[in-house]
Amino acid sequence: MSALIKLENFSKTYRTGEMEVHAVQSVSLEIQSGEFVAIMGASGSGKSTMMNSLGCLDRPTSGRFWLDGVDIGSLNRDQLADLRNKKIGFIFQGFNLLARSTALENIELPMLYLRPSISTQQQVERAEKALAIVGLGNRGDHRPSQLSGGQQQRVAIARALVNQPKLLLADEPTGNLDTQTSMEIMGVFQELNRSGMTVIMVTHELDIARYCKRNVIMRDGRIVSDTEVLNRHDAVEEIKKLRLEQQAVQLTS
Amino acid sequence: MIIITTIRMAIRALQRNTLRTLLTMLGIIIGVGAVIAMISIGNGARAQIESQIASLGQNVILVMSGNFTRGGMGMGFGSAGTLTKEDFDAIGREVIGVSGASPEVRGNAQVAAGNQNVNTSIIGGSEDYAVIRSWTLTSGANFNDQDVRSANKVALLGQTTAATLFGDGEAVGQIIRIKNAPFAVVGVLGAKGSDARGNDQDDIIIIPWTSAMKRITGGTTFRSISVQAMDVASSPQVQSDLNDLLRQRHRISEGKEDDFTIRSQQEIADFATASTKVMTVLLGSIAGVSLLVGGIGIMNIMLVSVTERTREIGVRMAIGARGQDILLQFLIEAVVLSVVGGGVGVVFGVAGSYAVAKTQNWATLVSTSSVVLSFLTSAGIGIFFGFYPARKAAQLDPIEALRFD
Ligand SMILES: Nc1ncnc2c1ncn2[C@@H]1O[C@H](COP(=O)(O)OP(=O)(O)O)[C@@H](O)[C@H]1O
Ligand SMILES: [Mg+2]
Repeated sequence: MSALIKLENFSKTYRTGEMEVHAVQSVSLEIQSGEFVAIMGASGSGKSTMMNSLGCLDRPTSGRFWLDGVDIGSLNRDQLADLRNKKIGFIFQGFNLLARSTALENIELPMLYLRPSISTQQQVERAEKALAIVGLGNRGDHRPSQLSGGQQQRVAIARALVNQPKLLLADEPTGNLDTQTSMEIMGVFQELNRSGMTVIMVTHELDIARYCKRNVIMRDGRIVSDTEVLNRHDAVEEIKKLRLEQQAVQLTS
Repeated sequence: MIIITTIRMAIRALQRNTLRTLLTMLGIIIGVGAVIAMISIGNGARAQIESQIASLGQNVILVMSGNFTRGGMGMGFGSAGTLTKEDFDAIGREVIGVSGASPEVRGNAQVAAGNQNVNTSIIGGSEDYAVIRSWTLTSGANFNDQDVRSANKVALLGQTTAATLFGDGEAVGQIIRIKNAPFAVVGVLGAKGSDARGNDQDDIIIIPWTSAMKRITGGTTFRSISVQAMDVASSPQVQSDLNDLLRQRHRISEGKEDDFTIRSQQEIADFATASTKVMTVLLGSIAGVSLLVGGIGIMNIMLVSVTERTREIGVRMAIGARGQDILLQFLIEAVVLSVVGGGVGVVFGVAGSYAVAKTQNWATLVSTSSVVLSFLTSAGIGIFFGFYPARKAAQLDPIEALRFD
């Protein structure tokens, strides 16, 4: 079986005037279907660039990138858009929900761009199902401003899931969340991964990375470490532990 | 992406900023409204002038004193009195193919009947005057050639004048006093309505020109003579005979210009139609400029909207929107703006036209074609001015757009 993601001497260079920034330099990497990878590194090490590239938001400057056997370098803008629509689910650090649309409408968004299109009724059904998966079944008609950060991120995850992609990409999905909410979100990812979804996320928090199966560390656009996570955290267990600790604090105070 | 969904999305996006949407639409509303109102006014004026010219009568040739071609003017009546009583008599004697002729003199006079008193315009003409103008009588009878020759004090009353002086009572057989001279009312004319300038054509009294010159205008010359040809075929011959006769009578030597102007009804109609057309086009284009300004307003707001929603565009692209989907989204927003604005503008334009007709007593004619055209134009303006902002949105780089804040 071929890898879901295969990078070969992949480089991405930004040009701003005279300056050239080698955001990602000659990276070779394989990620199999069903993996759960955390990409880590200092600020400016090229994590976001890597994610945007894996998300087919643009093509490599040099080197090659196959997603699910398709050579990304050979696709045009529209083909990339269709690929993102069908195979990739994006989760952004700032959630990036449409503020004036309800949760359900936000989740329906990727289905608007499906080719061939599906009926409105199907869209609603699938959106409701996705909302149920992230545990927000009764909040469909809420606007983002009426939801907590964790709930907004769940809506964003549901939106990423709704077109049944092969790959979930999340750039610092817990960056704006408190510890417990972060754990809950990681729990959602673990659940999805358990049911077969490939998840790749960027984080700079070590303990968040421990919920993943594999940690890739970047520095100056290169991969400097690529290891399997040994003492993996389980979100359900960790939340239980946290609750007990909180109770203990309340009892003693 | 399905068009219906996109339209719904566009409407929702526009509803978010109601005030801005309304202000943007206002440009188009005013533009379309103005175009429709202006064209309606122009068309109304044309229709009225045309019907007025038709009411000059069939195959009528107008001989006016003075030369209008020199000044470039083709319509109107001369004041330089070059047409004499003898000219008129000669026309009757010498031009063949004429079924009727009448000079015209005009003046204003105080008219009284019983205790009623009005100031109205007096037209002096021959017994053919009403006939040539195809002016029918609702009661009584026209005066005859004997009345004209003897300068008898007989009068035909216009509808308005008759109503003012006698109310519902019978006018025929009554005596009215024009400048204190007693005139017998012999007939009442049918209604003609108001002319292009809003003047009531029925507020009038027609008397023999001989009486008019003697008692009211006092002059010895005519401002014009209307000549009616027997039929269409003889009309050109009559026209050229009139020309020859008057040049000869006025002793105008070869190469000198006429001191009179002859116009057939057709020529007058053509000129009037042409000039009202120019007026309509002029009014329409001035209004069109405001439509253009409205379009620029749409472009401006759409550019602002694209910038404001850069992140949204980035998200949409990241989740699979193609450039054309984004293009369509913003284009449809612009078109919804302009089409709704255009629709409201049509309503205002039509209402405005009727308001003008009512309050200014101007004729307006709302034509379906001007409504359809300005509505389509507003849609076109939406597409034209919405395209640049929409394309700008569609060409955004998704990564840049997502980083934007
Ligand atoms: N659009 C861009 N244009 C120019 N330089 C960029 C752009 N995006 C990122 N970079 C540069 O590339 C490098 C890697 O950035 P990024 O991938 O955002 O790192 P990280 O997400 O790990 O903080 C940085 O030096 C950054 O300044
Ligand atoms: Mg980053």
